[in-house]
Amino acid sequence: MFNLFDLGKIFEISSRSVKYVFILFIIVLTIGLTESLFLSPEDYKQSHSVRIMYVHVPAAWMALGIFAVIAFLSFGTFIFKNKNFSLISKSLAPSGFIFNIIALITGSIWGKPTWGTWWAWDARITSMLILALFYLMYLLSWRIITNKNSANKISSLIAIVGAINLPIIKFSVNWWNTLHQGPSLKIMGDTTIHSSMIIPLAIMTAAFALFSLLIFLMKFNTEMIRIKSKGLDRL
Amino acid sequence: MINEIFLMNGYGAYVWSAFLFTIMCFASLYLLTKLQLLREQKKYIAKFGSLSEAKSAIAKEQKINKEILLNTLISKI
Repeated sequence: MFNLFDLGKIFEISSRSVKYVFILFIIVLTIGLTESLFLSPEDYKQSHSVRIMYVHVPAAWMALGIFAVIAFLSFGTFIFKNKNFSLISKSLAPSGFIFNIIALITGSIWGKPTWGTWWAWDARITSMLILALFYLMYLLSWRIITNKNSANKISSLIAIVGAINLPIIKFSVNWWNTLHQGPSLKIMGDTTIHSSMIIPLAIMTAAFALFSLLIFLMKFNTEMIRIKSKGLDRL
Repeated sequence: MINEIFLMNGYGAYVWSAFLFTIMCFASLYLLTKLQLLREQKKYIAKFGSLSEAKSAIAKEQKINKEILLNTLISKI
C-alpha cells in the first residue's frame, strides 16, 4: 500500500474551502435559474416544457459522471489497496444518488406533457433506474456492513459491477428503439441545440457540479473527523 | 407578464414542480450533510475534552487534529 495523498493537507484545504464553494454555488445557481426559467427561449415544438431540460440533463450527466468516478476509484481500491480511494468514493456517492433521483423524477415530469405518460419501461429510463439501485446498494453497503474492510470490498465490487450499466445507459438510445430522444449534444459532431439553450444548460451544469463538490467536501470532512475521533480512543 | 411566467402556456405546473423538486433535493441533502458534520464535530470535541493533558498534547501533534479543533472553534464563533 502506498499513500497517494497527504490527508492532513487535503483536510486543511477541504475544510477551509467549503464556505467559498457554497457562495460560488449560490451565485452560479441563481444565474442558472434566471437564465433557464426566464431568459432562455421556449422551444418551437415543446414550448415552455423544454425548460425542464435545464435540471434533467445536468442531473443525469452528473449521476453518470460521479458513478464512473466511483467505479474507477473502486477499481483503484482493489489494485492499490489504498483506503483514500474508498473515502473519496464514499463521499461522492450521496450527491450522485440525489442527481440520479432528480434525473428520474424530472424526466417523469417532462414525460407527461411530451409523451403523455409519467413512466415507460424504455431502455434509457430503465437503465437509469438500475443505476439508482446500484447507488442505493453502494450507500447501503457502507451503512449495513459493520466490518469496514468488508464494507470497502463489497461496495467497491458493487461499483465495478454497476459500471457495466454506464455504456448501456449512454448507448441505449442508439441500440434500441426508445421513447427517449437521442443525444442532442455530441462531443465529436454537430450539436442540434441552439446556443441560446446551450448557455443556460452549461451554467446549470456548472451549478450542479459545484453542488456535488460542496457535498463531497462536507462528507469528506465528516468522514475524516469520524476517523480521527476513533484515533483518539486509541491514544 | 406574471401569468406567462407562472402558467407558461399550460406547462407551468410541470416546469415549476421539476425545479422545486430539484431545489428541495439540494436543500435536504445539504442540511442532512451539514447536520452529520456538526454531530461528528461535537462528538470529537467531547472526546478531545475528556483526554488527559499528555494525550491531548500527543493528539495536537497531528496536523488533522489541530485543523479539526481550529475549524470547530471557528464554527462556534
